[in-house]
Amino acid sequence: MRVLKRLGAYARNTWRTLTSMGTALALLFLLALAAIPGALVPQRSLNAGKVDEYLAEHPTIGPWLDRVQAFDVFSSFWFTAIYALLFISLVGCLTPRLAEHVRSMRATPVAAPRNLARLPKHQTLVAAGDVDAVAAGVQERLKGWRHTTRRLGDDGEIAEVSAEKGYLREFGNIVFHFSLLALLISIAVGKLFGYEGNVIVVANGGPGFCSASPAAFDSFRAGNTVDGTSLNPICLRVNDFDADYLPSGQALSFAANVDYQAGDDLTADTWRPYRLEVNHPLRLGGDRLYLQGHGYAPTFTVTFPDGRTRTQTVQWRPDDPITLLSSGVIRVDPPAGTYPDAGERRKNQIAIQGLFAPTEQLDGKLLSSSFPALRDPAVAIDVYRGDTGLDTGRPQSLFTLDPRLIEQKRLNKQARVNLKAGQSTRLNDGTVIRFDGAAPFINVQVSHDPAQIWVLVSAMTMMAGLLVSLVVRRRRIWVRVSPASPGTVEVELGGLARTDNSGWGDEFEKLTARLVPSANEAGVSERR
Amino acid sequence: MNGPHIDVGLARYSDLAFTSTIIVLVIALLLLAVELAYSGSRRADARELVTANGSTVAADSGTPGVVVDVPKRLVDERIGRAGLALVYVGTAMLLVCIVLRGLATSRVPWGNMYEFINLTCFCGLVAAAVTLRRPKFRALWAFVLLPVLILLAVSGKWLYSNAAPVMPALQSYWLPIHVSVVSLGSGVFLVAGVASMLFLAKMSPLGDPGRPGRLAAVIARLPDAQTLDRIAYRTTIFGFPIFGFGVIFGAIWAEEAWGRYWGWDPKETVAFIAWVVYAAYLHARSTAGWRDRKAAYINVVGFVAMVFNLFFINLVVTGLHSYAGVG
Repeated sequence: MRVLKRLGAYARNTWRTLTSMGTALALLFLLALAAIPGALVPQRSLNAGKVDEYLAEHPTIGPWLDRVQAFDVFSSFWFTAIYALLFISLVGCLTPRLAEHVRSMRATPVAAPRNLARLPKHQTLVAAGDVDAVAAGVQERLKGWRHTTRRLGDDGEIAEVSAEKGYLREFGNIVFHFSLLALLISIAVGKLFGYEGNVIVVANGGPGFCSASPAAFDSFRAGNTVDGTSLNPICLRVNDFDADYLPSGQALSFAANVDYQAGDDLTADTWRPYRLEVNHPLRLGGDRLYLQGHGYAPTFTVTFPDGRTRTQTVQWRPDDPITLLSSGVIRVDPPAGTYPDAGERRKNQIAIQGLFAPTEQLDGKLLSSSFPALRDPAVAIDVYRGDTGLDTGRPQSLFTLDPRLIEQKRLNKQARVNLKAGQSTRLNDGTVIRFDGAAPFINVQVSHDPAQIWVLVSAMTMMAGLLVSLVVRRRRIWVRVSPASPGTVEVELGGLARTDNSGWGDEFEKLTARLVPSANEAGVSERR
Repeated sequence: MNGPHIDVGLARYSDLAFTSTIIVLVIALLLLAVELAYSGSRRADARELVTANGSTVAADSGTPGVVVDVPKRLVDERIGRAGLALVYVGTAMLLVCIVLRGLATSRVPWGNMYEFINLTCFCGLVAAAVTLRRPKFRALWAFVLLPVLILLAVSGKWLYSNAAPVMPALQSYWLPIHVSVVSLGSGVFLVAGVASMLFLAKMSPLGDPGRPGRLAAVIARLPDAQTLDRIAYRTTIFGFPIFGFGVIFGAIWAEEAWGRYWGWDPKETVAFIAWVVYAAYLHARSTAGWRDRKAAYINVVGFVAMVFNLFFINLVVTGLHSYAGVG
């Protein structure tokens, strides 16, 4: 029993500490502090490649940083712990305040202290008229205030008006904090039920892609509840892609003309056109399609010794974001029947690996690119024959050959050449490799976040609440009207600024002049 | 977009206005510093003299022809007033520089770091001109001009970029909204940060009245601690929602341009940190035991976060906001 009591006391104390202002402040600080590594250390969620680079460069400290989740700050246990505690502290702080606010909204303004002269602002006036008339006049002029009148004295000959305003301040404050909670919840819901996928589509009017399953994407980031079975189907094909550049190579505009199908259009097989641009995503119901990047997909035609050809266009990775010098690989399977059996065929696959420049610039034989537009496309390639790795059962990189295949002599270099568009090279067995040119590709992102609109709504109500709580000021005044010499009354006013008392002096004087317009000043006192 | 037109002539005039701004503000700073360093204690007496004379005129208004010699203003005060006038001239020049950039490029003139810093400094100067409009605050101007001039010098020397159109990601109607609101918030926070730093100086042993030493003498000439604290608080509560809106507008734009409203990009992260720090400041102001110095320290930390976000994040860390036209 005693243990229970003690536990109860302990829990109560913990709760009180957690919901105190000091703790909230400390947690806010911790939150700011904890976010700092998120800005300074490379983050996996933003750029996994940079994290690997960092780990390679810092072999001692890197693994330790990884162990404390410094590369995944915003999903780390400690960041989560801080904001979860802040969340609890907020709820614990706000719930009683909400109840208190509701009570105060219902309550009548409090009775005046006995000695109004002890208030920060005080004034005594003499006015003509009787108590009832002056008190009624004061009440009438208290527009926008909550007020009540009490009768005091033995026969109720004294009227006392209590007035208060600025209730909206606390209301705004509570709205702000609850909206903050709503914002966090909306973000969490979006993270649970949302998904994001990227796919590269060559802009040559080709087949495009349909977002019916995660398999259709090159990369796919799903919320915890998304298993990929109920994606919103959208089909897209890209007819062309335009990019304008300044002579300096700085980009001016990117735009892709696409056709899309969604909803009923899928069954009716109607395509609708859209001009997909940066800053102009295609919004379809709850999904958004973005133009996120672009590059080039070179086309090669391989003519095998028996005269049959295979043509392939494969996206290469832009290595230089300014000049779009790209690198990649193309793997070509010989047509069936060119070689007598599957084993022989596998030994005669062709792989082309190298660099692509949209505008050729040669330094001796070294290829680089001088401009990002497709002015004078050229490639510098190594041509291999052998096992390209497609039949190894291992996943192969889209942009590089597996070096182990080359080390093991299963893939052998046949030639190293520079080719301009239309040029070709002949291997020793008569195979001809021709570089046909290149087509641009675009990187399309499909995003789905059902709670996004609620994030916006919460953010807006949050700001509205904040503005109200910063602009509205809480004021209390009391007016005591008591009979003086016949025909006149003594009016005593006292005022209190409950928040932000700068400028309250002038405000009080103006208020006094307004409330009792027909008065002679009997004495002003001010306490600082 | 068909062929961007850059008016090179206007761009050159804009650059000229920028150089003039710096020169004018440097002179203004010197004049204000002279006043701050050399004004004697005589000023208080001089003030009373003026009022005494003034009331004499008012009382004798019935009698015509009474000419009262208004005593000449003290030299240091005149220097200070000249300095303040130059501050206004410099602010106007900076506005000219910004407007001409916009006209030269036919877009809003805040598309790279150089232009953004110019706009932020302009907002800071305007915020200071509004907050410090009373003559007794003139002593604070030197401390506002100092960071503004450092920012402008860094911007002109290292971050300058030629007038040019902006990259596709910035071609949005959100560019004028997001960047200008963030600039305004940053400029207001600059005034708040300076006020809090001066408040801390005033509260430190250096601010003790009667302490000998040049620095102590300068600090003694600042407005009292309570006034400085009030300036810091009022500018912060003005800047806080503005900066908050700036971040939210940024998020709305990010949803349109980058495919997500928030992605912990370094700039977003530090903006979040700064916002949390300023929120902590506001909470500290209403927590017993935190009101004075601790709150002021928090405000200074917020200001440091803003400056860090401006320079370090844009210039050193690579992120989506690395459009600075540098590096």
